[in-house]
Amino acid sequence: MPHPQDSQNRINDFVVKLANVNGTGSASANTLVMKSIFRMGIPVIGKNYFPSNIQGLPTWYEIRVTREGHAARSSRVDLMVAMNAETYAKDVKDVSAGGYLIFDSTWPRPMLLKRDDITILGAPLARMCNETFQGVRSRILLKNIMYAGLLGALLDIDLQIMRTLLGESYANKKALLDSNIQALEIGYNYAKEHFTCPLPLRLEPMDKTSNHILIDGNTAAGLGCLYAGATVGAWYPITPSTSIMDTFKSFCQKWRVDAQTGENDFVIVQCEDELAAIGAVIGASWNGARAFTPTSGPGISLMNEFIGLAYYAEIPAVIMDVQRVGPSTGMPTRTQQCDLMLAAYASHGDTRHVLLFPSNPEECFYLSVQAFDLAERLQTPVFLMSDLDIGMNDWMCTNLAWDDEYQPDRGKVLSKEQIEKLDKFYRFFDHDGDAIPYRTLPGVHPKGAYFTRGSGHNQYGGYTEDATEYQIVVDRLKRKFDTAKTLVPEAVLTGDGTHATGIISLGSCDGAIQEALTLLERQGIQLDYLRVRAFPFGEDVEAFLAAHSLVFVVEQNRDAQFKSLLTLETRVEKEKLSSILYYSGLPMASDVVVDGILAELGRRQHPSVGGKRPSPVIKLQPSFT
Amino acid sequence: MSFIAKPKVAHPSLPRNALGLTRRDYEGGMSTLCAGCGHDSVTAAIVEAIWEMSIRPEQLVKLSGIGCSSKTTAYFDSGGHGFNSVHGRMPSIATGAISANRDLHYVGVSGDGDTLSIGFGQFAHAIRRNLNMLYIIENNGVYGLTKGQFSASADIGTKAKRGEENRQPPVDPVLTALTLGGSFIARSFSGDKEQLVPLIMAGLRHRGFALIDVLSPCVTFNDHQGSTKSYSFIRENYDAVVHADFIAPAQEITASYAAGEAMSVAMHDGSRILLRKLDPSYDPTDRTRAYAYLRSRLAQGEYVTGLIHIDESSPDFHEVSGSSTTPMNQLPYARLSPGSEGLKKILNRYR
Ligand SMILES: Cc1ncc(C[n+]2csc(CCOP(=O)(O)OP(=O)(O)O)c2C)c(N)n1
Ligand code: SF4
Repeated sequence: MPHPQDSQNRINDFVVKLANVNGTGSASANTLVMKSIFRMGIPVIGKNYFPSNIQGLPTWYEIRVTREGHAARSSRVDLMVAMNAETYAKDVKDVSAGGYLIFDSTWPRPMLLKRDDITILGAPLARMCNETFQGVRSRILLKNIMYAGLLGALLDIDLQIMRTLLGESYANKKALLDSNIQALEIGYNYAKEHFTCPLPLRLEPMDKTSNHILIDGNTAAGLGCLYAGATVGAWYPITPSTSIMDTFKSFCQKWRVDAQTGENDFVIVQCEDELAAIGAVIGASWNGARAFTPTSGPGISLMNEFIGLAYYAEIPAVIMDVQRVGPSTGMPTRTQQCDLMLAAYASHGDTRHVLLFPSNPEECFYLSVQAFDLAERLQTPVFLMSDLDIGMNDWMCTNLAWDDEYQPDRGKVLSKEQIEKLDKFYRFFDHDGDAIPYRTLPGVHPKGAYFTRGSGHNQYGGYTEDATEYQIVVDRLKRKFDTAKTLVPEAVLTGDGTHATGIISLGSCDGAIQEALTLLERQGIQLDYLRVRAFPFGEDVEAFLAAHSLVFVVEQNRDAQFKSLLTLETRVEKEKLSSILYYSGLPMASDVVVDGILAELGRRQHPSVGGKRPSPVIKLQPSFT
Repeated sequence: MSFIAKPKVAHPSLPRNALGLTRRDYEGGMSTLCAGCGHDSVTAAIVEAIWEMSIRPEQLVKLSGIGCSSKTTAYFDSGGHGFNSVHGRMPSIATGAISANRDLHYVGVSGDGDTLSIGFGQFAHAIRRNLNMLYIIENNGVYGLTKGQFSASADIGTKAKRGEENRQPPVDPVLTALTLGGSFIARSFSGDKEQLVPLIMAGLRHRGFALIDVLSPCVTFNDHQGSTKSYSFIRENYDAVVHADFIAPAQEITASYAAGEAMSVAMHDGSRILLRKLDPSYDPTDRTRAYAYLRSRLAQGEYVTGLIHIDESSPDFHEVSGSSTTPMNQLPYARLSPGSEGLKKILNRYR
């Protein structure tokens, strides 16, 4: 069988894809494989492609072993574990040339033999399972552990690590542990006996993961809420944000329950809908608690009226938008960055909101803490704009650290003593010139009482329909947005900033762009890359746009929403911006960026092809023509 | 929400409550509602009740949605924080506010439009959660603020001011609350201060969701012949089943409920509601019978008023949540964060 170079000798650099059926318990086997590799010190990432259904439909889990520590999906498949009969045909097709396919040979699959540029390995997993284990359910589950064992031998995974991991999972369940270990070893031994192990694509221990964790963004965001000191969480379940509240709750149950009294230092309200969820967040924040709601696009759509109230009445609120594919119900279990415009200008009237863009789980943790600080400092809603790829996939991240000196920034809240000293309290007055007024909390002092309203009000807090009085307040709100520019996290620059061409992007595009930069550099193309971490855009964004004559805007939606925001909210000349858009619903891979950039640069080098635009000043290496 | 500031000059001879405050101290801005609007009488009853109860002005939180009725929060207790939220969604603001600080008194004021149409879902869930608050519906059968459309509480056959007849069956907030397990349900009439004031006091003391549906005629759009929520109609079809008196914990009560047809309901904090029964068979602690009684009277076009149902045993929102007795907004940060050492432990699961 011919073996093209491609998938050969890929030590610590390949992709294993596992095709399964939703609801068959494959997740634990897949995690076992991935975590074992991680514990061997080798960088990995895991992407889960699952349907919006509970049982029966196909799912895929993709483990990318990446010696160089890339963070994005790779579009190749070096080894496919085809456990779903219904998708065999597609799965066989998806394997990269020279790659491998493992299937359950309990049943003959003649059509699998259609490709002769890949190696097909059959193992009678179902048969071995049926011979060894009793009970339908455990046979299904243990079949998965068996293929993990196969992979262990084929890829040279340290079997002891796999055993240890199973031991951790079933610490108090001896019977389960024994059968899992047995299944693992059956798979392992079968491969050793019947195949040449390891395969040319295999693992070698490294020491690149010791300072790291494997975590998904929603867990990290839930942890961020715990550390931010959030005490009220209100929500309505929606994929892919649900696990933020699930993890927040489990962290609270562990860390926020008084040992003596059994009392909870948190309140979680599962609301009747998203309208109520944001209402509860606003009510709680207004009353001085740190409160948040996780949601996704459809939830934000429903929350709009209340978001406008919080903006105008200047009430903090933290909204975590784990974006999924739109419009409408879209594809609930696929990823996109398609809520940017919706969130930036949520609600009717002149509104603008602070958005934060984490690019991975690590930033979900830190930026969610910062979201609470900003919301209270600025007295306004703040959105953490995550997405399904960040939120629900397993990322390798640098260890999270916590500074015990941290104190929440509660913003300008007047204490009882401060109110006592006041002659009169004016809710919406700009005392400090930063356009942020002072607020008081209910119950503290009768002199601090004021009336919160979404209707026209003057700077003293009184109702008004007077043009000038109204404008004083809304103009200050605009200045407050300028203050926000100076408080939000800065953009992150990759490169020295001197190249003529740049990339500007945000959020989960980062991994693909970073990898693309290395690939392009190998072709002699160097670009600067600015990753924006917040809206409003700061001066650093303006400066980057001004300094580059061509800027690729990379984002994951059809309509270039980020580019629109840049043209609306910065001084950039629109012509400079060139969009690279990806919106299939899958996490973005580096070839999207590489291909997009090469194509555009090619067009600009050859005006006859690309139109009449003058070619920009780009230093191209001779290898690129 | 409009109001005109009211000058606060109290006459020295005005009676003072336990805090040394006069009724004037519990007033708010000057009402801008139509002269004669039932809502203003409700405001007056609230002022009376909170003065009498000696609630610290700043300890009362006033919440509302949108509508003429929702404006009334601006017209009482200027020393308390008010929140005029969005149409129909006051209950969720209350949910959050109560989550954050369980130690204050919460009064929600809403309209029949606000509560029974756009806000029906939130209303139902506030009852279901047994939020510790007093929720007053100023029920006039119309949308006042948008000028006279029928609301969901308008009875079949009711005529609008311009003559149009309502053909859809009404939603009755009291029957709704009974069905949903409401723990304190009362109905009253804005023109009956004697009944309303003790009900408000008892509602504020009740641990859990206290609903008072107050028939509160709209003199501008719904006080004509053919309207079942006009002053004259309500006065004629008004059936108080019990006469309620509120007795604060410290007050002497021994003699007052000894009489034959009287019933004393003990509240969680030791206060009592004394019910002198006008209908001897009526027992407000029996939910099923209360429901049947209400329905039979409604069928005859009568509004049953008074304390319709009370259940002091059902746990309120915080009890169900198991939340700490220290309000969430007063928990020190050090108690909330597991710190860097805690983080190390947490992260071990992710390796
Ligand atoms: C989302 C939304 N839709 C419609 C309105 C318009 N609106 C304002 S008040 C009101 C009805 C109020 O009726 P009700 O609650 O019965 O109070 P009333 O004025 O009769 O006291 C309506 C429909 C609004 N403010 N918001
Ligand atoms: S319109 Fe009706 S409800 Fe509104 S203030 Fe006037 S009388 Fe009252």
